[in-house]
Amino acid sequence: MATESTTASPLAETGERVCWSCSAPQAAQFCTSCGKVQPSQSVDYFTFFGLPRKLNIDVTRLQREFYELSRKLHPDLYGQTSKQEQEWSLEQSSLLNDAYRTLKDPIKRTEYLLRLEGVELEEQSKSATETARVSGEIKKQVVPPDLLEEVFELNMQLEELRMSRKMGEDDLALIRELQAHKTEFEKKFEVLTQELKQYWDQWDRVADVDQEEKRHQIRDKMVDVLNRRNYIRNLVRDVNEALGS
Amino acid sequence: MSNQRIVGIDLGTTNSLVAFMQGDVPVVIPGDDGLNLVPSVVALNENDQIIVGNAARKYLIETPERAVYSIKRLMGRGIEDIREELKLFPFRLAEDRQPGEVLRIKLGDKTFTPPEISAFILRQLKRNAERFFAAPITQAVITVPAYFNDAQRQATKDAGRIAGLEVLRLVNEPTAASLAYGLDQKQNGIVAVYDLGGGTFDISILKLHDEIFEVMATNGDTHLGGDDIDNLLITIALDDIQGDLGLDVRRNGEIVQTIRKAVIETKIALSSQPAAKLDIELPAGKRYQREITRQQFEDLIRPILDRTIGPCKQAMKDAGVTPEQIEEVVLVGGSTRIPTVRSLVKEMFRREPHTDLNPDEVVALGAAVQANILSGGSEVTQNMLLLDVTPLSLGIEVAGGVTDKIILRNSTVPASATQHYTTQIDGQANVAVHVLQGERELAKDCRSLARFDLKGIPPMPAGLPRIEVKFLIDANGILHVSAREQRSGKEAEIEVQPSYGLTDEQVESMILESFDSAEEDFRQRQVIEARNEAETILSALEKSKKSPAWGQLANGERKQIAKLEKALEEVKQQDDYEKIRKAIDALNQGTMRLAELMMDTAVTTALKGKTMEQADMGESPETGHPVAKADFE
Repeated sequence: MATESTTASPLAETGERVCWSCSAPQAAQFCTSCGKVQPSQSVDYFTFFGLPRKLNIDVTRLQREFYELSRKLHPDLYGQTSKQEQEWSLEQSSLLNDAYRTLKDPIKRTEYLLRLEGVELEEQSKSATETARVSGEIKKQVVPPDLLEEVFELNMQLEELRMSRKMGEDDLALIRELQAHKTEFEKKFEVLTQELKQYWDQWDRVADVDQEEKRHQIRDKMVDVLNRRNYIRNLVRDVNEALGS
Repeated sequence: MSNQRIVGIDLGTTNSLVAFMQGDVPVVIPGDDGLNLVPSVVALNENDQIIVGNAARKYLIETPERAVYSIKRLMGRGIEDIREELKLFPFRLAEDRQPGEVLRIKLGDKTFTPPEISAFILRQLKRNAERFFAAPITQAVITVPAYFNDAQRQATKDAGRIAGLEVLRLVNEPTAASLAYGLDQKQNGIVAVYDLGGGTFDISILKLHDEIFEVMATNGDTHLGGDDIDNLLITIALDDIQGDLGLDVRRNGEIVQTIRKAVIETKIALSSQPAAKLDIELPAGKRYQREITRQQFEDLIRPILDRTIGPCKQAMKDAGVTPEQIEEVVLVGGSTRIPTVRSLVKEMFRREPHTDLNPDEVVALGAAVQANILSGGSEVTQNMLLLDVTPLSLGIEVAGGVTDKIILRNSTVPASATQHYTTQIDGQANVAVHVLQGERELAKDCRSLARFDLKGIPPMPAGLPRIEVKFLIDANGILHVSAREQRSGKEAEIEVQPSYGLTDEQVESMILESFDSAEEDFRQRQVIEARNEAETILSALEKSKKSPAWGQLANGERKQIAKLEKALEEVKQQDDYEKIRKAIDALNQGTMRLAELMMDTAVTTALKGKTMEQADMGESPETGHPVAKADFE
């Protein structure tokens, strides 16, 4: 592990960007005139790929773009250049990889966009559960009201299974019930995914137009669906873990 | 392509190799013994000189306390990581280690850190390459197991620096292998590389796409390989010897090493024979003999090989591919010569594995390809690009001892993540950060990479500072951290305490030591070689003085030669090889006519029907030629 100091990326004062090497105007990640890597700008991932903040993305095109930019920015191509260029290539290609990794996955893409829209997504991950377990606090995760009953029952069954396992028994009837529950949740998960997809379309329709209120509505719906979806994903994982062990 | 020659190095657990790109083809550079593989064995001889490779192997048996093998297993590891290793490997640790210090291995009375021992191996490879090119080599690409963590990678990079090599890139071994494979088979598709070496196992799944080698997922076990098979067989032999012969030889280093050598031979033989015999001479005239059939061997090692299944399945899952989607499975590493390994792979991936490549050399060849790419590329490599991943998730410890993952495993590198920190109490000046690597949920189950303090935070009320910390994994898979307090714009100072590993200062001092001695070694070698050459020429001249040609020279010519001869005699005693070389060249020039005359005499003599001996020349005209330049290549 090494430490380094961050150097401020030199930005053109006028806002008009020119290549540091050949002074050609409007150089983005690399100069279209001389091919050299440019200092990275702090831009969001959509801007990096020149995409509007929309949720339906042509992933094949994104991939092609990713490969093309990799061929321009990857540190392997700067093995024989100045330290400064090597540093820029490292920054640019990590930004490229981070952006591609986030945007190619529709869920990560949605979560990222929501964060850009100022939403702090509720931490529904397993680590929240673990934190709660270790610190003795109540898990901050809020159970979606319509799932309360099922979740309660499921947790009882999981506990029962653990107890019987401790006694060295495998309660087959219980396992079957849990599997049935799991299938049920998986269906719900799929329904929520479909629901989320509809919101993507809705979002994209209003993304460019001046309808802030409408946008906020859709945004909040997406947050809700994502939270429920994550919650169910964690439940399925818990059941899988219990059944698998 | 630049003038700087960059070599590719496979720094293996059992063997190491150095390769380079000769035109369009990567080739391995042999050692001075003519062999491509340099065993990763380091010994200290009776004069406290470091011996590496084949020459060091005999010390493993003769003076096991002065030799070490499989040092790669200790790279970047802490004392608590290696308890298991210590049971199975004769690593002798220095007792005077202070807490927090990198462990050191004893060779005789001296102690060395694992990076220093690896550096000895690297220096040998560097020398082999320098001899081959007759030019200094200062830059290299070194391969590491894909599943190596940050500390293990850093240790490898340190080893390079200590050996006087600028490590331009660490490349994952299976990925390197895929480059060599891809150079051969230019086709698109998904390829799996199953790499079972001496000490480590890696599985990587790649997408080959218009000469882009994109790693989709990687997995492995950095403590699984041929060594484990050997150790199993050694344990069985030791148990047998105690049970059947009532002899406990566990503490006898020499015998254990003799057994090790024998079981390795047996293991290798069983890859081509249905049965092989172990036959080991023991003290007190006793002898251990046992026949092992291939079936028995396969049953024995199956549990070890089965440990490769989990990582393969996980890698396929992470890559989102089924065995049917994989076009080819490439086998790498010496252990994949074992027939049952091949059938296991075939079973898992439901296809015949690709075995055309030499499993011992392919990684080094791939490293040479990558070295070529880094040097600007040649016709065959200029469109090749490697997109590798980080094998392990990077996390930071959050409240409750939980790991918060910020860069997930199998993310393409370089990759980065930004985290924001603040203070809990008014005027707090430091914030502690604990960086971890691994897949487990709790920090204590992950690998601790480093703890560091964000220092010099301007005094502000609690919660107000906003410190942005950027974690960046570079193309070598090594983590870099930078921090900035956003409200003041002040760069936060980071003091990193690596959990394992050498500090920069330590590496620096090791470099100086070894650099000095490397220079010294190089100089001494040159002096010795120049002196040998001088001897050859002087004795040839002595002989030619007895030939009739000597008499045919003019007086002045003979005087001139005598003068040059005297000059060479004088500088020969000095330690300046450049002066010796100059004197040799001068004498060569001065004896040109003598050589011509001798050739003539030789021809005339031959025509007269006399043999060379009768012509009283002592030697054949070729070797008797006083200007015959000794060939030291």
